[in-house]
Amino acid sequence: MFKAKDYMSGETAWCPGCGNFQIREALAEALSELELPPHLVLICSGIGQAAKMPHYIRANGFNGLHGRALPPAVGARIANKKLKVIVESGDGDSYGEGGNHFIHNVRRNPDIAHFIHNNQVYGLTKGQASPTSDQGMKTGVQVSGVTVPALNPLAIALVLGAGFVARCFSGEKEHLKETMKEAINFPGYALVDILQPCVSFNKINTHGWYKKRVYFPEIKDSGDWSAAIDISRQWGDKIPLGIFYKKPRPTFESSLAILDGKPLVSRPFNPVEIAAVQDEYL
Amino acid sequence: MEVNILVGGAAGQGMDTVMNLLGKALVREGYGLIYNKDYMSRVRGGHNFSRLRIGPGTPWSNVETTDILVALNEETFNLHRSCLSPSGRVIFDPEHFELPEDEDRGVPVELRALAKEAGGAIMANTVAVGALLALIGLNIKGVKKLLDETFAGKEGVAEQNVKALTAGFKAAESYCSACFNLPPKAENKKRLFIDGNQVLGMAALASGCRFLSAYPMTPSTGIMNYLAAKSANYQVAVEQAEDEIAAINMALGASFAGVRALTCTSGGGFSLMVEGLSLAGMTETPLVIIVAMRPGPATGLPTRTEQGDLGFVIHAGHGEFPRAVLSATSHEDAFYRLNKAFELADHYQTPVLFLSDQNFADTHRAVDPFDFSRVSYNRHIAGDEEIEKPYNRYRLTGSGISPRIIPGSLEGEIVLVDSDEHDEKGNIIEDAKTRRLMVEKRMRKLNLLTEEMDEPDLYGDPHPELLLIGWGSTYGVLRETVDALTTLGRKTAMLQFTDIWPLPQKRLRNLLPQVGQVFCVENNSTGQLAALIYSETGLKVDGNILKYDGRPFLPHEIVKEVDEYVQG
Repeated sequence: MFKAKDYMSGETAWCPGCGNFQIREALAEALSELELPPHLVLICSGIGQAAKMPHYIRANGFNGLHGRALPPAVGARIANKKLKVIVESGDGDSYGEGGNHFIHNVRRNPDIAHFIHNNQVYGLTKGQASPTSDQGMKTGVQVSGVTVPALNPLAIALVLGAGFVARCFSGEKEHLKETMKEAINFPGYALVDILQPCVSFNKINTHGWYKKRVYFPEIKDSGDWSAAIDISRQWGDKIPLGIFYKKPRPTFESSLAILDGKPLVSRPFNPVEIAAVQDEYL
Repeated sequence: MEVNILVGGAAGQGMDTVMNLLGKALVREGYGLIYNKDYMSRVRGGHNFSRLRIGPGTPWSNVETTDILVALNEETFNLHRSCLSPSGRVIFDPEHFELPEDEDRGVPVELRALAKEAGGAIMANTVAVGALLALIGLNIKGVKKLLDETFAGKEGVAEQNVKALTAGFKAAESYCSACFNLPPKAENKKRLFIDGNQVLGMAALASGCRFLSAYPMTPSTGIMNYLAAKSANYQVAVEQAEDEIAAINMALGASFAGVRALTCTSGGGFSLMVEGLSLAGMTETPLVIIVAMRPGPATGLPTRTEQGDLGFVIHAGHGEFPRAVLSATSHEDAFYRLNKAFELADHYQTPVLFLSDQNFADTHRAVDPFDFSRVSYNRHIAGDEEIEKPYNRYRLTGSGISPRIIPGSLEGEIVLVDSDEHDEKGNIIEDAKTRRLMVEKRMRKLNLLTEEMDEPDLYGDPHPELLLIGWGSTYGVLRETVDALTTLGRKTAMLQFTDIWPLPQKRLRNLLPQVGQVFCVENNSTGQLAALIYSETGLKVDGNILKYDGRPFLPHEIVKEVDEYVQG
C-alpha cells in the first residue's frame, strides 16, 4: 500500500499559489487510492511548468520535448502494456506545439490518461498567449490583445471521437482526484482539461475568476454525445465542470493483435529461430 | 558473355513485374545478376525503366550497354536505342508503334493482343517475359513455377499467365531463338533475390526489433512495407505516425520502455526528426534511425539517388552528444551492419544512424542466404543484482555507460529520463558541476564508439598507384571500376567506408601517403566524405569524382573521369 505522500518526491520549482500544487496532490491521492505501485506507472510530459510533474511524482518518468509528450507515451504503451501511462502537460504543450499529436491520438485511442494543466497562458516563457487564451488578452507579444478565438479542446476531442472528455478545476481538488481516477481506469484515451490559475502571468483568469464561474451541470447521460458537445461549448460567465462524455470504444492496443499475450518487452528472442524468414526470397 | 536487359515504359506499365519474374527465375537457375530501377515520382505516365545484368559471376553494378531492349512504348526505344549493342534486339509491340526502317534488330511481339487472347491485356508483361526467355534460350519452366506460386489459390489466373508466357515465348522464338548465350551460372547453391530495403527490414527482424514507427517517405517506405507484412508472425509492432516528429518520439518511448525500436525516413523526414535525435542523445535512449537518402534540398528528386546527407546526419541535432553513423555498402554487408547498429545503440545507449540511399534501397541482387547465427542480440539490460539501489538512471561511471533497467521490471525501482540537463536520478538540475560531469559522462561514450568502428574495406591491388575512396552504396560500382582499371593495366584499389562516424582513421593514415593518386568518389556535389577526411585527419585527396544528377554512377563514367584527371 502506498500513501499519497509516497508518490510525492522532489522539490518543486513552481510559484507559490500555483494551481499545479493541487493538481499534484490530486494525482498523488488518485494513484494511492487506485493502489498503483510507482514502478508500474509512467508519467510522460513535454516542456512547460506542468511538464515538470515527472520530477515531483514518484513514478517512472519520460520528460521529453516540448509538444511531444503523447508519442513516447504511445510507444511505451505498445512496448509494455503493463504500464499505466499518464501524460501531464500544459495547454501550450498539448494544444499548440503538440496539436498534431493531440488530434491523431484522440483518433488512435491508446489507453492513456491525458491531464492538461490549462492556465490559458505560457508560464515557462513568461506570459505569452496560449491556444486557449481568451480573445482580447494583452501580453508582451500580443500587445493589442489576442485576436484569434480560443481553441476548444473538449469540443475538438469529442468531434474526433474521444471516449472520455472531462473538465476540472484545480480549485476543486476532490472532484479533480475522482475524475483523474476515472480517467486512469478508463480503457482508451481520456482527456481531462484542468483549469488552473497562473499567479504570475495570467492576471485575468485568476483563481477567483474561475471560482466565480465554475459549476457542476447535471449530466443525465454521459453517453449522449450531442449533449456533451453542447456542454463543451459553454464558456464565459458560467464554465461547466465534470465528465461530459464517457463511452468506451475499442482501444488502439486492442486493434494490434500482436499485443495479445505477454507484453512485447517480456518476450524472448533468438535470431536463429527466425532464419526461415528469408526463404521467401529463394 | 554477359547479358544486359532494359525494360522501359510509362509508369504503371509494370516494368517491375517483368524484372521480378525474370530475375527470380534466373537466380533460381543459379545465374548471378543485379537489377535496379530508374523511376519518376508519378504513378502513371512519364518514362521509367529497369536494368537487369546477368553474370558472369554476380555483377556489382549495372552498365549502360543494352543487349535486349524491351520497349513498352516508342519513347523507350527512342531514348535507349543509342545504348543498344550492335547485335542487340528490341522487343516491341507492333500494335503500339513500328521501328524505323533502318532498324533491323526488332523482335515484334504482339504483347497486348497475345495477352488478351490468353485472358486479359493486363498480362502483356507476362508475354514480354516469355519473349525474353526465348531470346536468352531459357525454357519457361522456372517462370511457370513462379507464376503458379504467385497466383496459388486464384482460380485460373496462373493458367492464363502461363498461356500468355508461352505465347510470348513462341512469338519471339520464330525471330530469334537463343540468340544470346547466357554466361556460366554463378553458383550452384540456393541464393536470395532481394532488394536493399528488404535486406534492411529483414535485418531489423533478425536483430529482434519489436517496434517501428515511421511516416512514409520514398525511398525508405519499402522498409515499413516489409516490417508491416511481417508484423503478425514476427511480433514487431508497426505504426504509421502522424508525422516524422511523432515517429521518432514514439520509437523513443518504445525503446525507453525496453524494446528494440527503429524509425526510417529520408532526408526531409529526418530534418523533422532532428530534435528527437538530440533527445535520444540527452536521455541516452537507444535508437536506430535509417536514413534512405534522395537528392535534396527540400523535396528534391523524390525517387532518385544521392549521398548528400552525410554531413547532415553526422552533425544533426542541437547540442553535443555521441552517435555512430554506419552505411549500407552491399546487400551482404548491410544485413549484418544494421544488426551492428542495434547492438551499438543498446550497448552505448545512444542513437545510431544508418545511411542507405535510393540506389541501394531499390537494387535487387543475387546474394547468399544470410547466416542468422552471426546475428547478435545483446540487450545490455541490468538485472536486479547488478544495480545499486535506489536505482539512478544516470549513475556516473568510468565508461560513461550507466546500468539500464526496464521500467516496471523491478519492484520499488523507478526510471526517470529527462530532456533537461539532469542529475544521476534524472531530475532537472542547473548547477555547473553536475552539468560538467554529465557532459563528460555522455561524451566518454564517443571514445568507446570510436573503438567499435570497422576500418574501410580495401579491395584491389595491395600496392596501388591509384586509390578510389567511397562510402555507402557506391561499393558495387567502385569494385567494377577497380576491375576495369586493373584490366587496363593500372594498379588500382578502392577503400570503401561502411562505418563512417566516428571516422575510422588507421587505414587512411597508413595508405594515403603511399599512393600516388587518390580520388574520392561520391554521389553529391561537394565531396562530403573528402571534407570529413580532411577535417578529421588533415589528409587531402587529389580530386573528387562527383555525380549529382540523381542517378547512380556507372563504371565507365568513373573510368572516364579518372582518365581525365590522370591526363591532366
